[in-house]
Amino acid sequence: MDSTARLFPENAHRALEDRQLQSALARFGEGFPVKRRNAIDRLPEFEALRDAGKAIKEHTLEHLDYYLEQFETKVTEVGGRVHWCTDAEAARQKILEICRASGARTVTKAKSMIGEEIGINEFLEHHSVKPVETDLGEYIIQLRHEPPSHIIVPAVHLSKEQVADAFRAAHPQFPSDRVLEEPRVMLDEAREVLRREFLSADVGITGANMLVAETGSIILVTNEGNADLTQTLPRVQIVIASIEKVVPTLEDATTILRLLARSATGQELSVYTTFTTGPKRPEDLDGPEEYHVLLLDNGRTSMLGNEFKEMLRCIRCGACINHCPVYAAVGGHAYGWVYSGPMGAVLIPNLIGVGEAGHLPNASTLCGRCEEVCPMRIPLPRMLRQLREKQFEAKLSPKPIRWGLWGWAFLARRPALYKLAMRVGVGTLGAIGRRRGRFRSLPMASGWTQARDLPSPQGPTFQQLWSARGGRRQ
Amino acid sequence: MRAHRPTVGLFVTCLVDTMRPSVGFAAVKLLESAGCDVIVPAGQTCCGQPAYNSGDTADAAAIARQVIEAFAKVDYVVVPSGSCAGTIKVHYPELFADDPKMRDAVQRLVERTWELTSFLTEVMQTGPIASSYPHKVTYHDSCSGLRELGIKAQPRALLAQVEGVELTELQTAETCCGFGGLFCVKYPEISGKIVDAKVDDVLASGADTLLGGDLGCLLNISGRLHRRGANVHVRHVAEVLADATGDTPAIGEGK
Repeated sequence: MDSTARLFPENAHRALEDRQLQSALARFGEGFPVKRRNAIDRLPEFEALRDAGKAIKEHTLEHLDYYLEQFETKVTEVGGRVHWCTDAEAARQKILEICRASGARTVTKAKSMIGEEIGINEFLEHHSVKPVETDLGEYIIQLRHEPPSHIIVPAVHLSKEQVADAFRAAHPQFPSDRVLEEPRVMLDEAREVLRREFLSADVGITGANMLVAETGSIILVTNEGNADLTQTLPRVQIVIASIEKVVPTLEDATTILRLLARSATGQELSVYTTFTTGPKRPEDLDGPEEYHVLLLDNGRTSMLGNEFKEMLRCIRCGACINHCPVYAAVGGHAYGWVYSGPMGAVLIPNLIGVGEAGHLPNASTLCGRCEEVCPMRIPLPRMLRQLREKQFEAKLSPKPIRWGLWGWAFLARRPALYKLAMRVGVGTLGAIGRRRGRFRSLPMASGWTQARDLPSPQGPTFQQLWSARGGRRQ
Repeated sequence: MRAHRPTVGLFVTCLVDTMRPSVGFAAVKLLESAGCDVIVPAGQTCCGQPAYNSGDTADAAAIARQVIEAFAKVDYVVVPSGSCAGTIKVHYPELFADDPKMRDAVQRLVERTWELTSFLTEVMQTGPIASSYPHKVTYHDSCSGLRELGIKAQPRALLAQVEGVELTELQTAETCCGFGGLFCVKYPEISGKIVDAKVDDVLASGADTLLGGDLGCLLNISGRLHRRGANVHVRHVAEVLADATGDTPAIGEGK
């Protein structure tokens, strides 16, 4: 997927002006946070579970090579194949190669953020293989030729009227005067269309919520069951997963599953939680005959060795996004690449570069709500700050900010001079503004006064008044 | 009562120093009435947070050293801001994590540093000055104080002892107001959208006063309330606790 992260302020401006989007974001609002809170209140051991989940991931990341190789061995033992892909291009080529070898013309897909990351749909289309998204939200945005705006609710930015319009345009086989108002009716229509695709697809591509090293299993979590049809019906199954998805044991996986659904949607367990191990065995009634797992690095191994390693604990629940005031204001598309919210603001610069995505870590108030709700206790604010350090060191931050900071720090490091400067500045502003109490606009302060009045300083500084009153200094 | 009167160094904070000295004097009044001797070391300017949050760790560390030195001799450092206190208590140790020579000095500062309302309730175990504020008030929990220092119950416990205060809670008391330091001037449109949601909630609460413990957030919320023509007073909680509201106009209000 091409990035527009560099244009974050423009993207955000458009998002704030988009009334339809704003009403969708308002509807989204506190729904998931409230459900999450309720689910956690019903589970007294939730905090202990977070510690356990974090410990599992920390251990796995320390021994990632071992568990990935164990996973590969197990997958091979049950008749599957593992393909190691260093980057998006390698993954795309491997998928195309498998599709070509099986003569595939149609591919069904279950929702996969790795699929978005490597831009697999455009690539397959370009090579005359038709990808069909089968998660309802993904299906809708595929029809609209747009990326997901949220990692677990990809079409959250849309109204049902926009969905109806997309269905009318894409489904000419139905009467054009049909009524498409109720979500249930649209769901039935999508189901009818997708059922045919499920039955005719040659290859099924899914992601994986986890990979289990001890058994070679993959775990998929959905609320629609579409991933199950995607992996059982076609003759060939391809699983695409990034390397940090591996956990050592089934026991570990269940610990993380208990955290995942509660943190994401407030469910105790997602409706479908499916464990799949290898291709169809002789005694099985159905399942794929060929089974491939693509393990994608795409920048993860370099994070393993740096200060962003903890980001690799992320289980993609979306809790940080659901609780982020910036995401709530501008939605997911403004971030300009596959991911969004706090996890996106950390991950995107790591995957596509801090030069391209430098706005994202800055567009945060560092309010800390993301870290508070992260089931894996990922220190997201700390990493946002560290990305800012990288920018500052590389002199990538905007010049006015750097110079302003330099001037301010120059004064702040010289208390006597600082006091004098503040006295002069504040004295002037205070003398002008005191009567009315505030400024509606002020030269050099348009960033502030664009959105709000600037309260006037009271007058002399505290330091001045304290000295005048003979207050103790030591 | 304590036998010994502790010496408290007031860390004024740059915003209180420049924008609203009355908050500093309210803090002094509260500390003195709680039985402390208050000094204001001359060597202080800012805690360094703007540099730290902008990725400028060298300047942040230089400013932090200045703070450590200026407050080396007091029993406690008290800060009328959860955000600046959080910078000292949570982020100074990170800033000097690789500097073993600084570890002890940082640790000593961290242990002695308190946000104002938590110092009054937890260390001095005292209440407000006999004060009266007959208003329906609501309270914004600033993010850093809330999440870095656990400040939530302390200001409410103190306000409950002020005559006439009727506290009504916001739905979004724990949601960011959109200030975020330099964030609010770097991304003013987004900041404006976030503070609008806060203002909507303040207006829905029916309170005539919004209180909080961090001047940055309060300047932001007050500025947006005024821009929208709303008639809600915004004050730092210390002013109400110190009975210092009488002749001091609320934030953004003229004489």
